[in-house]
Amino acid sequence: MDTYSILREFADSWMLLALFSFFIAVIIWVFRPGSRKTYQDTASIPFRNETKPAADAAQVAKEA
Amino acid sequence: MTNTIKLIALGLITLFGAIAANYARDLAYMVNALVVMLTAGGLFLWTLRNTGEDTPKPDLSGEYMDGVVRIGVIATAFWGVIGFLVGIVIAFQLAFPVLNFEWAQGFLNFGRLRPLHTSAVIFAFGGNALIATSFYVVQRTSATRLWGGNLAWFVFWGYNLFIVMAALSYVLGGSQSKEYAEPEWYIDLWLTIVWVAYLAVFLGTIIMRKERHIYVANWFYLSFIVTVAMLHVVNNLSIPVSIWGSKSVQVFAGVQDAMTQWWYGHNAVGFFLTAGFLGMMYYFIPKQAERPVYSYKLSIIHFWALIFLYIWAGPHHLHYTALPDWASTLGMVFSVILWMPSWGGMINGLMTLSGAWDKLRTDPVIRMMVIAVGFYGMSTFEGPMMSIRAVNSLSHYTDWTIGHVHSGALGWNGMITFGALYFLVPKLWQRERLYSLSMVSWHFWLATIGIVLYAASMWVTGIMEGLMWREVDANGFLVNSFADTVAAKLPMYIVRGLGGVMYLAGAIIMCVNLYLTVKRQPAVETNNGLVPAE
Repeated sequence: MDTYSILREFADSWMLLALFSFFIAVIIWVFRPGSRKTYQDTASIPFRNETKPAADAAQVAKEA
Repeated sequence: MTNTIKLIALGLITLFGAIAANYARDLAYMVNALVVMLTAGGLFLWTLRNTGEDTPKPDLSGEYMDGVVRIGVIATAFWGVIGFLVGIVIAFQLAFPVLNFEWAQGFLNFGRLRPLHTSAVIFAFGGNALIATSFYVVQRTSATRLWGGNLAWFVFWGYNLFIVMAALSYVLGGSQSKEYAEPEWYIDLWLTIVWVAYLAVFLGTIIMRKERHIYVANWFYLSFIVTVAMLHVVNNLSIPVSIWGSKSVQVFAGVQDAMTQWWYGHNAVGFFLTAGFLGMMYYFIPKQAERPVYSYKLSIIHFWALIFLYIWAGPHHLHYTALPDWASTLGMVFSVILWMPSWGGMINGLMTLSGAWDKLRTDPVIRMMVIAVGFYGMSTFEGPMMSIRAVNSLSHYTDWTIGHVHSGALGWNGMITFGALYFLVPKLWQRERLYSLSMVSWHFWLATIGIVLYAASMWVTGIMEGLMWREVDANGFLVNSFADTVAAKLPMYIVRGLGGVMYLAGAIIMCVNLYLTVKRQPAVETNNGLVPAE
């Protein structure tokens, strides 16, 4: 088979399946148990460290 | 030592610029070579003046790098006004062809100014807004200073040099005739270097972050930077005819070239004008509303759905062409599915205000951001509809397309950028508040009514034009000549031009307001850069 046909066959079979599964996996991952708390913390990132960088990693962990 | 290397490099570039200007085969190339020569020569002198000076290097890791964001904000406002102004000029050139002055033929006629307008608003106004806000947002949400030291300055000045070279080149006739990718090969190469530096600064900052998670706005910004790099490199694969001239030959030919161009073109919309600006939305709307984003889960699904779908939508620009039917059907189907993640993002932006809707009455800045998201929703409904082949057979090549683009660009990109500028200026210059909220309201209404005039007149003229083109009499002959449709469009063209004038007036009011905010408002006390003793 020529390159075009091989790529075409691969694209509309395995690649399509891989991309689609990745997407479904993302959705399942987002709704995993316990994600709400993590995301609440992540969603509030814009409301801290507005005027200057955080001191260091340990400091951030203590404040959070 | 590093200065010695810099001086040698800058000296060589200056020399090369001079040689290139001498051997130049066309005017656009020669002028750009002179720009390169002068820029490199100026930098050479500047570096030389600073060589051997013992300047102390203070530890700046305790404060954010805001200088580059400040100048980015100024550049955004400046290029915005220029871009809108050129837009008004070409709108009236279409309405009154006499404005294509005889003495300026070949330089300032519609064909030369049109790419100047599109590049000025998309790449100069939008691009500077994206670079400035992404540098601001990535620092705050990573809780660390920009990575790479002065590399961020290189990104800013390098990008603006790209804009100046591209603009000069369009007016002087240097163009590879690819929509939104007009710059010729040497300008493309320069942009690639700048863009890699941009990626390094952004990614470096994310890697050095002191927050555990990467905030969703940074996901959108990063996808914008990475995808634009890929699109830019592939679509601009070309072989220069000579190193001393701007002309180059595309590597792809025929329908492959067309498909590559619209894969690029539509993803420029998808990743430059959508993903990047969604990054702005996910930071500035929560900040201005003082509430976290409505659903962080939805934002993640929104991100991946948008990324997975947008990349396939390009073929809808090539319905009824030499492109195979399956490819154009694929593009159409993905465009229609794309409606869902787009509206997911819109809902997420709008619902961030739930419980704070009263702010719409009191805060014109949040009103601006909300109408931006509203226009995003409208144009992401209109787009999928127009991508359906049957609708496209009416709308394609008509002014409806132009109306659609402008409801997205003026409504979504423009308004969210204005909102971000109104948010940023008091923060960046440590001012208590904006100079005048009523001026923001004036800007808001002028811009909104301007967009409505623009979009409505383009719908009318677009559909009229489409219907006139396909109208046949009982014997199957076309009823209208092309010139008939042009004559019929005049009133709508004038209304469109007036809409643009209103939009520009609003932007000028914004510039005055922001200037007075910096000049007249009292500064707030700041402890920026002071590390608390513990």
